[in-house]
Amino acid sequence: MSEQTLPAARGATRAPARPASNARPRRSLLRPLLTAALLVVLLAVPFYVDEFWLRTGFAVFGAAVGAIGLNLLVGTTGQLSLAHAFFLAVGAYSYVYVSGESGGLGTRAELQGLGAPPVVGMVVGVLLAGLAGLVFSPIAARLRGIYLGVASLGLVFIGVHVINTWTPVTGGFNGRSAPQFSLFGFSFGNDDPPLAVLGVPFREAERLWYLGLVLALAGYVFARNLLRSRPGRALQTLRDSEVAASVMGVNVQAYKARVFLVSSMYAGLSGVLYALSIGSVAPESFTLVVSIQYLAMVVLGGLGSVGGAALGALFVTALPLVFQRYADVLPLVSAPGQGGISASFAARYLYGAAIVLVILFEPAGLAGIAQRLRSGLRRGRAPARRADAAPTSPPTPSDRPAQGSETR
Amino acid sequence: MTQFLSLLLNGVSLGAIYALIALGFVIIFKASEVVSFTQGSLLLLGAYTMARLSGPIGFLPAVLVGILVTALAAFLIERLVINRLRGAPVISLAIVTIGVDIILLTELIRRIGPDILNVPHPWGGESVRIGGVGISQNRLIAMVVAGLLIVVFFVLFKYSSWGVAMRASAEDGETAALMGIRQGRVSAVAWIVAGALAAVAALFLVGAPTPGVSAAAYTVALRAFPAAILGGLDSTGGALVGGLLIGLAESFAAGYQEHLLFLGRGFGEVVPYVVMIAVLLVRPSGLFGTKELTRV
Repeated sequence: MSEQTLPAARGATRAPARPASNARPRRSLLRPLLTAALLVVLLAVPFYVDEFWLRTGFAVFGAAVGAIGLNLLVGTTGQLSLAHAFFLAVGAYSYVYVSGESGGLGTRAELQGLGAPPVVGMVVGVLLAGLAGLVFSPIAARLRGIYLGVASLGLVFIGVHVINTWTPVTGGFNGRSAPQFSLFGFSFGNDDPPLAVLGVPFREAERLWYLGLVLALAGYVFARNLLRSRPGRALQTLRDSEVAASVMGVNVQAYKARVFLVSSMYAGLSGVLYALSIGSVAPESFTLVVSIQYLAMVVLGGLGSVGGAALGALFVTALPLVFQRYADVLPLVSAPGQGGISASFAARYLYGAAIVLVILFEPAGLAGIAQRLRSGLRRGRAPARRADAAPTSPPTPSDRPAQGSETR
Repeated sequence: MTQFLSLLLNGVSLGAIYALIALGFVIIFKASEVVSFTQGSLLLLGAYTMARLSGPIGFLPAVLVGILVTALAAFLIERLVINRLRGAPVISLAIVTIGVDIILLTELIRRIGPDILNVPHPWGGESVRIGGVGISQNRLIAMVVAGLLIVVFFVLFKYSSWGVAMRASAEDGETAALMGIRQGRVSAVAWIVAGALAAVAALFLVGAPTPGVSAAAYTVALRAFPAAILGGLDSTGGALVGGLLIGLAESFAAGYQEHLLFLGRGFGEVVPYVVMIAVLLVRPSGLFGTKELTRV
């Protein structure tokens, strides 16, 4: 399992294309520069924009973590899962339970909570979500492709039922509020300690922005590295052909279990961030619609592309919020109850249509479009080199995850 | 005992409705290798059309138009989307139907709003008693109609040239195409039939004891997925058995709710999924599904 297998694995990969050798020197300069610029912008944002955008940003970071996780499962490994909302719920409710206080407010005095520090709650949330994924994975590993998709659908309904029923822990139908996050005594609330950087007061929104940014970046880097490592290659081979993978020495069952574990841990973290961004959790936040939203993010971004998943999360999460805010300016969209199309409906039309259009016309998603733009740019700037660079067209990723193995 | 019989009868009638939906699901899968997540919103479309039109043009014409509209919608989905993706991997096809489903469902929910629309069934909401066992007339008629439709379907599936063509292309698409069977047409007809079946199911699903057409009908329709999966995605007989099993399980879980309180209220609504996961654990391809073979 060394040199021989490498070319094959690289052929199957869809990680950011390594274009013809001539482009290497310029890329090596351009990419870090762009990345650095993006980072600086992201770091500087809280100094310039108002709270609405920061809160939207935090929601996007949270969703991006979840989308990256789902992408590992659906995009990289080719396992259709509609259970993501369930794993989000496990993460969110674990956090709320572990870090929340017993007693609750006023009428619902029977709420239980462990009152542990929020960091512990977050870690437990991630671990428990991972555990849930691991428990489900034996079922998942037995099911192929589409059977898995529908079986995982069942998990979401069962999850919502449990949330509604297990009131002492989950708060039942009404949900319960999420404790504020704090890290070693530093609270992510509005004050305590009051903080101002360069004359800009750092309140909850600003602090959470950085928390989200750090976690999303960590999730991004981890997934990127994972895909470029041996397990990542194994997962991609698994997607393209289970038979080929097992012939190459990939333990199919074990890898499926592991990818479920990792993906649901991502979902767990995303769930915790969701609870923080909304400030409370309720069963209606973890229904099938949410699973489908995450699927939409992954598909829009481009199956298998980590950066694409983050872009997809930005699109799907921010769209309804932005629509809501600019409802009076945008045509066709209106505030709820005024006729016209309400913001959340408008967003749903848009991403529904986007899913269909992406699969019909650009299966590589936003990542594919970006890829094409980039290579178009390169071609435009270096027309002379084009002749010797043999296949200049971007290696169209084998974006369509091959389904299972040859079956006939 | 009476309660048991009553639950049994109600379960069978509910199961017959599920079987109709699941049957559509299965023939779409057989004909075009697509797992269609659109069945739920197609069903809602049928129910909505019937509810809106039965005022102006009367009940029976409205039902006919509802069935036609739903079949047409299914046909359009097949032509405009699915047909263009021939040969795409199963996952992409499933996801694209989810996309279509989002659009259609959003539009219907927006139109229905918070209301509950009423389909004025001429048989109303009364129930009949058969030897002490009560069942709503609607469910009884549903059972009869669904039974008839299923028999007709199986006869056609077995003997009509469309049925033969479909079974041939499900068996081996390439060979069937070489024999002159037009895959596109087979798949289009399958979608039309599935749409019509969903509309018929809708007609009965929104009658007594269900209050009427609301967004909740979609959730009910979703429970036909476990039915189809349970029986085996590529088995028409399996869809039948799966539908009945799911209907019975749901009926019993709802009926004996007091004994199942430790599982929480409304457990009947999730019991189809529990049954599905339990069955899939033992038989990963469903009860009657073709076991996937791997040939190297």
